[in-house]
Amino acid sequence: MSDNEPVIELRNVDKSFGPIDVLHEISLKVRAGEVLCLLGDNGAGKSTLIKTLAGVYQPTSGDIVMDGEKTTLKGPRDAQSRGIATVHQFGGTYPLMSIGRNFFMGMEPTKGIGPFKVFDRKKANRIAVEEVQKMGITRITNGDRLVGGLSGGERQSLAIARAVYFGARVLILDEPTAALGVKQAAHVLRIVNLAKRRGLAVIFITHQVMHAMAVGDHFAVLIRGAIAADFRKGEKTREEIADLMAGGESMADLEANIDTYMETHDGHPPQPVT
Amino acid sequence: MTDTTTTGGSGASPDPAPTSTSFSLGSLMRSPAAGAFMGFALVFVAFALFGYERNFLSISGVSTWVNFASSVGMIAIPVGFLMIAGELDISVGAVLPASSMTVAIASGYYELPIMVGILAALSVGALIGWVNGMIVTRTQVPSFIVTLATLFAVAGLTLSLSILFINTTQTSLNAPEWAKSLFGGRALGGFRSSVFWWLGMIGVFVYFLHYSPWGNWVFALGGDQESARNAGIPTRRLKIGLFMLCSTSTAFAGVLQTIQFNSATSQANFGMIFNTIIAVVVGGALLTGGFGTVMGIVFGALTLGVVQQGIGYTEIDRNLSFLIIGVMLLVAVLMNETFRKLATNWSTSKKK
Repeated sequence: MSDNEPVIELRNVDKSFGPIDVLHEISLKVRAGEVLCLLGDNGAGKSTLIKTLAGVYQPTSGDIVMDGEKTTLKGPRDAQSRGIATVHQFGGTYPLMSIGRNFFMGMEPTKGIGPFKVFDRKKANRIAVEEVQKMGITRITNGDRLVGGLSGGERQSLAIARAVYFGARVLILDEPTAALGVKQAAHVLRIVNLAKRRGLAVIFITHQVMHAMAVGDHFAVLIRGAIAADFRKGEKTREEIADLMAGGESMADLEANIDTYMETHDGHPPQPVT
Repeated sequence: MTDTTTTGGSGASPDPAPTSTSFSLGSLMRSPAAGAFMGFALVFVAFALFGYERNFLSISGVSTWVNFASSVGMIAIPVGFLMIAGELDISVGAVLPASSMTVAIASGYYELPIMVGILAALSVGALIGWVNGMIVTRTQVPSFIVTLATLFAVAGLTLSLSILFINTTQTSLNAPEWAKSLFGGRALGGFRSSVFWWLGMIGVFVYFLHYSPWGNWVFALGGDQESARNAGIPTRRLKIGLFMLCSTSTAFAGVLQTIQFNSATSQANFGMIFNTIIAVVVGGALLTGGFGTVMGIVFGALTLGVVQQGIGYTEIDRNLSFLIIGVMLLVAVLMNETFRKLATNWSTSKKK
């Protein structure tokens, strides 16, 4: 499966908005059947990076390379047609719309002649239910149900099933487990593994190290728009990764700092600046 | 209701037959159009009882409120589209006189062919819609404020341009016979042509919102605009298109009125703003966007017609119509909110 050509690769990508540099010299590679975990604290530039990968933003400089060829992603639709699918935190689903309609949003199956095309509800519902069940959500049996009635994990699964069905080769998951409980998060992680086994290149964005460790093959830590560390599975411990995400300053150091302060200041902890 | 929730939610039910029947019952009960229909039926029956002696059910009685509903309804449906898409358009109150004056000045005062006047009026509508759409999509200003601004701007412009062109704020238009019968005639004992145009438009609008792929996109806009954009939906163009549809439909309603009554006035029609919003909300569309049906809005407009116009054919005190509308609106909003909760809790309730 994993021939050595990366499905998608970023080479020295910079992105700035006016005078503000958000991404700096980002280089990443993801191969088919591999999960790249992108770790970073809030404000590290994760969202901008995702949007650049999804075609929403154009890189200011640097290249996006797909299958060894330089590519310009003209927009979200272009990125999608090249097989890059993004699933956002809340699944990109519409609570007051049916499962079938959600599943085919933007790619509606139609029947009919010429300009009088009609949304094919039956077909949409049937395929949506089938695909979601393949992801292990057997509770969904009726495509007419509103998505608002599904749990967060089920919504994520629906969105991932959708991406897989529409031939995604690169699956970008933006904090899929952030808003979920333990059980539901585990379910989503299982689905991530499933997608990986199907040969998708998965980019998994999170700030939960536990979740990343559970599925990741390859890790990159993003700090202030630059990649601070890039390592493979098993090369670093959980604590080391957490420390990296906190900006390179380890929690242990921080504790030591406070201790020294207290020793030199008659046992007072540092006062907040007024 | 509770009953259908529990049976309908059990996805792992070994017996599929009862599950599917309770689904259809459940979806019927939860359809916002059904709510609007029941509201309409209730109001209609009540008014028919009080109006039986006063010709409420006669052709002239029925046509009076249906005619009213048609001119509100053909504006309310695209206003409803915008509400479903999470936007609001109150500039319709100024588009109406602007288009009326355009057709009356072009084809009445300057004696251009009537089709030229109609096309000019529709273009004025489309242009205002385009301006609304461009401002709303290019800035972060809520559409309520944007269209409030264009409401006053267009109203003022209509007044001053009328003075400039014809030196008066109202004028007459005598359309040729064929145009009169096509756009402003009466048929079947009192129904104006606007009713038949409205029926046609309902057909197109139902197709657009509920059967065509674009309808999906409209719901997606109101449901979650960011996700809609990420799904590759041209959110900006769609929104501008909806604003243009709304203003153009309003302009068409203005043209029909002008030809019907042979005259146009440049006075802004503030009442129409409220009428359309009431029809949409009573019709079950969510103010927050993401939900609504064309048929619901149709029933909303009909209900409004009964209460505002049909009341004259009953023994109910005319002055009560505003009170009834106010109460109706409140009940509708509460029902819509309940509906939303029901719909989103549909399948989670069974987990316990």
